Amino acid sequence: MFHSRTVEIWVGLFVAIGFAALFMLAMQVSNLSTVTGDDGYEVTARFENISGLKVRSAVTMAGVKIGKVSDINFDPQTFEAVVSLRIDSRYNEIPTDTSASIFTAGLLGEKYIGLEAGGEEELLLAGDELELTQSSLILEQLIGQFLFSKAADGDDE
Amino acid sequence: MTYMSNVNDKPLIEIRDLHFKRGEQVIFDGVDIDIPRGKITAIMGPSGTGKTTLLRLIGGQLRPDAGTILVDGQEVAALSTRELYQLRKRMGMLFQSGALLTDINVYENVAFPLREHTELSESMIRSLVLVKLEAVGLRGARHLMPSELSGGMARRVALARAIALDPMMILYDEPFTGQDPISMGVLLELIHTLNNALGLTSIVVSHDVKETITISDHIYLLSNGKVIAHGSPDELEKSPSDWAQQFLQGLADGPVPFHYAANDYAEDLLVTMGKHMKGGAV
Amino acid sequence: MSEKKHSPLTPLLDWLQQLGRFCLGFFERLGRGHLLLFHIVSGIPGLAFKWRLVVFQLYSVGVLSLLIIVVSGLFVGMVLGLQGYNTLVDFGAEESLGTFVALTLVRELGPVVSALLFAGRAGSSLTAEIGLMKATEQLSGMEMMAVNPVKRILAPRFLAGVLSLPLLAAIFSAIGVMGGYFVGVDLLGVDDGAYWSQMQAKVDLHDDIYNGVIKSIVFGIVVTWIAVFEGYDCTPTSEGVSRATTRTVVHASLAVLGLDFVLTALMFGEG
Repeated sequence: MFHSRTVEIWVGLFVAIGFAALFMLAMQVSNLSTVTGDDGYEVTARFENISGLKVRSAVTMAGVKIGKVSDINFDPQTFEAVVSLRIDSRYNEIPTDTSASIFTAGLLGEKYIGLEAGGEEELLLAGDELELTQSSLILEQLIGQFLFSKAADGDDE
Repeated sequence: MTYMSNVNDKPLIEIRDLHFKRGEQVIFDGVDIDIPRGKITAIMGPSGTGKTTLLRLIGGQLRPDAGTILVDGQEVAALSTRELYQLRKRMGMLFQSGALLTDINVYENVAFPLREHTELSESMIRSLVLVKLEAVGLRGARHLMPSELSGGMARRVALARAIALDPMMILYDEPFTGQDPISMGVLLELIHTLNNALGLTSIVVSHDVKETITISDHIYLLSNGKVIAHGSPDELEKSPSDWAQQFLQGLADGPVPFHYAANDYAEDLLVTMGKHMKGGAV
Repeated sequence: MSEKKHSPLTPLLDWLQQLGRFCLGFFERLGRGHLLLFHIVSGIPGLAFKWRLVVFQLYSVGVLSLLIIVVSGLFVGMVLGLQGYNTLVDFGAEESLGTFVALTLVRELGPVVSALLFAGRAGSSLTAEIGLMKATEQLSGMEMMAVNPVKRILAPRFLAGVLSLPLLAAIFSAIGVMGGYFVGVDLLGVDDGAYWSQMQAKVDLHDDIYNGVIKSIVFGIVVTWIAVFEGYDCTPTSEGVSRATTRTVVHASLAVLGLDFVLTALMFGEG
């Protein structure tokens, strides 16, 4: 039981550093500081095609992340994708006629949902549905359309 | 038997018809031993006769295959773990190596059983530890680590630790092996005086015949899983058994053959030569 | 015996016997290991009165592993920064370097590499220490002093190991993220803000960090359990102790890697 004070100080230091590292991982590395847990409210939006959007994808407004995709379902009646968006409770003054579009970050990047505010006075509440949506752009379709129109142009000449 | 006259009350340890096997090897094959109270009893025999095993059986670390071991009226093998631990607090055991805890110093080693089993204050523990260390003459060595002790000193510290809880008996496992004459003398003296001064019962397992005989009141000779002879040192010296005489006098040949059981020597050699011949022919 | 040798089935029977013996031995060891774990765990509540013992073990198991964890964490993080940058820059995605480094460390390398280092550094020394205590009759001696060595010696070491590894893994990951930052931002010129913000956008507290911590707790239990069991169960000779030490490192490392796959499949399988 020699130098018990030194040993104890070292152990104290070790535990402190360990918890500091855990704290740093939680605060600095993870999204804890940007989106706090599960509080917030949920709205839904229907899209014809969401290709590439995933649960946990970002929901942004004017480029600022305000929430995330919490659930994705398929509606077998209308053949549409039903996406649930969990929006941080700080951003609770969003008009009901806000439109939702699926964008791609960069050419090959992640899909995310961008919201664009409308002009209504009424505000979105939990459980509301966003009526105006624009589906994901699919690269293959775009290229196909582009080639097709080019070919059509060529025929005209 | 003659020794019955020395026993005034019930023996502290009664072993009856003890059988014990390790794997296929028979260690004890019907052994009866009585250890009288307040005396030094020596258990002797050649290496490998299971003397240490006997101590472990008494201490409850091993269970006999058949037979009973009564320690102070309690059957060791039938005790629950809790009862066994209670019994062990009243037994001290001195291991061949000393078995001191190597990460703490001499003082803490002797204090270890006190700290584990009593709620004594630090100053009480200190006085007790110093008393025990003084008894073995190592009060001055209390700050040393076990690695700094000689073999004899380590055994004396272990002895101080064994008597820390004032046990009713002490089991000594080969206390004299590998000791120089001086520490051998010290250990002999210690075992003798501690036994008389503290009213202990001592069991000494040893094959150092001359030394052990000088301090023991009663001797058991074990070989091949049986008690070959027993009695006081004087009785044993007059024992008619050839085996006992060979062991006590340390003769090279006798009932215990010098040679390990083998085929005929000449035949064995011939086989080797035959092989060589064959090898040469090829 | 000689009659048996003539039968044509003998080699097959021998082989079957060997297989049977191997399996029996394996399950016997497994059973002893679980019994020991049970005894150790049942001894842990008693440590509430002996915190000192645990503190000393935290020192020898945790604090003494700190250096190797910090140094390895730093270098692993720096390598991740360098390699990640070289790969990502081809796609113009070097801004995702922070995400790459952090996810790799928090989900996988932090828990796994620190568990492997822990097995080599602390696990082997636990096995050797306990094995030597057995070989020098210290455990036996303790039993004869009516002190249960499982509770007195094994339980504090086990608890200290289980508590240490999650902390060491967290330190490893945190240092690694800083090492990646140093290489990516300071040396290679990735944007400082992008490094952290991309990281924070993608690393999830629950899915990534908690799961990483759970992994390292599981690894801590398994590695320390193996180390303590091998020491306690070893043949009490110098050869036995050295074999047990080797076995600890090999078995613990294999167990960590195997369990990592299972845990990863359970935790991140759907995503």
